[in-house]
Amino acid sequence: MSRNPQLNEKGALQHLLTIEGLPREILIHILDTAASFINVTEREVKKVPLLRGKSVFNLFFEASTRTRTTFEIAAKRLSADVINLNIATSSQTKGETLLDTVDNLSAMHADMFVVRHATSGAPHLIAQHVGSNAHVINAGDGRHAHPTQGLLDSYTIRHYKRDFTRLAVAIVGDVLHSRVARSLIHALTTLGVPDVRVVGPKTLLPTGVEQLGVRVFHDMGVGIRDCDVIVMLRVQNERMKGALLPSEQEFFKSFGLSPERLALAKPDAIVMHPGPMNRGVEIDSAVADGSQAVILSQVTFGIAVRMAVMSILAGN
Amino acid sequence: MNLPDAENLFEALVTQLRSRVTPDTGIVGIVTGGAWLAERLHRALGVKTPLGVLDPSFYRDDFSKAGLHHQVKPSQIPFEVQGQGILLVDDVLFTGRTVRGAMNELFDYGRPARIDLAVLVDRGGRELPIAAQYVGAALQVPRGKVLVLDRAPSGALSLTVSDQRRERKAAS
Repeated sequence: MSRNPQLNEKGALQHLLTIEGLPREILIHILDTAASFINVTEREVKKVPLLRGKSVFNLFFEASTRTRTTFEIAAKRLSADVINLNIATSSQTKGETLLDTVDNLSAMHADMFVVRHATSGAPHLIAQHVGSNAHVINAGDGRHAHPTQGLLDSYTIRHYKRDFTRLAVAIVGDVLHSRVARSLIHALTTLGVPDVRVVGPKTLLPTGVEQLGVRVFHDMGVGIRDCDVIVMLRVQNERMKGALLPSEQEFFKSFGLSPERLALAKPDAIVMHPGPMNRGVEIDSAVADGSQAVILSQVTFGIAVRMAVMSILAGN
Repeated sequence: MNLPDAENLFEALVTQLRSRVTPDTGIVGIVTGGAWLAERLHRALGVKTPLGVLDPSFYRDDFSKAGLHHQVKPSQIPFEVQGQGILLVDDVLFTGRTVRGAMNELFDYGRPARIDLAVLVDRGGRELPIAAQYVGAALQVPRGKVLVLDRAPSGALSLTVSDQRRERKAAS
């Protein structure tokens, strides 16, 4: 059996491409390291010199504001030099291939690539190409994976709920197109959450999703009952145009998180959302701004988690 | 080799510090051994300022060689560093590189009025111009050996010397 392409010959994390197949110890190590970085971000000087002199290239082949910005802040707080490349306006539009782009950046002595791409597997291809000369972090590829989001969601859940092994977590909405959902499912099952549920219409749940170790619900009232954590996924506007969904109003009626629905979960349940939110489509404003929502904490924790991932990779 | 009793060295340190430390001194221990000592000193010297703990792993100069393998503990400085008199505490002073990292980290919290260094053992072998003001004992330890402070479940401190770097809790 060939080894996990994310690990180096010592079994340490060389690239972060997906959570699937990573041992629990590595996930815990990332979460614990992130906890140390939370204190750093609350200080007078919010920087540590870990990545001083290293160059981090943000390669975003697909639009993103939050993820790109938090990766940039994370790298800067580690004292790295950050170069943001907006590929949509660069040589790729002139016909350069993905690997030629990477070769050129490697020739500029890049130490780390943060990659977002619309095609599943693109970060993996880059990781194979750069080998042990650089580190690659997947910042979201197609429908495949968004590992740092899965980690920051796990961090948020641990922050509020402490113990993974007694939780019921419901992931609600468009699981089919969601790399966030896939990464979170792998993270939670690896971390020992006994009850992971996916809730959504049949058209938006991948077939065979049960094989990931989750329970499937098509009725939200049943699916979120007595949950400790509700993760709402973004309904992607472009899906509305196809045959998968009738209308925004219709979706909200069946799968939107309203205060009445939220009352079905545990009284201390937390509400998460990876952003950007569509208020009134998957989540009611009263819930998004309510006391149970931890959506902005996710963003703050995301910086510490990305600092942890970058510093662990850079040290391996 | 014969090692002195760590509890006796601790008492020697308390005696030296008693007239120098005030209730307002900010005591900061370096994990792990230095934090144990700092906790004991904080109690023994009746210091009012809350105790600080530093893990200077993020400031180490061997990061690119050694990486972040062991579990980094969150640094916690629960007082205002700006203008504060600080007593930095570590178990063993050797090359001085850990203390260098700890001082750099302290300055990221603010500009202290002064920093003094107290260590249980000074084993020599400095690679940087760093000295401790308060020393439990100076000890000759051969270069390849590792000198560490241990804490029993009862809280009792002891010194051990070994050939190899103690297996750090490796998570990756």
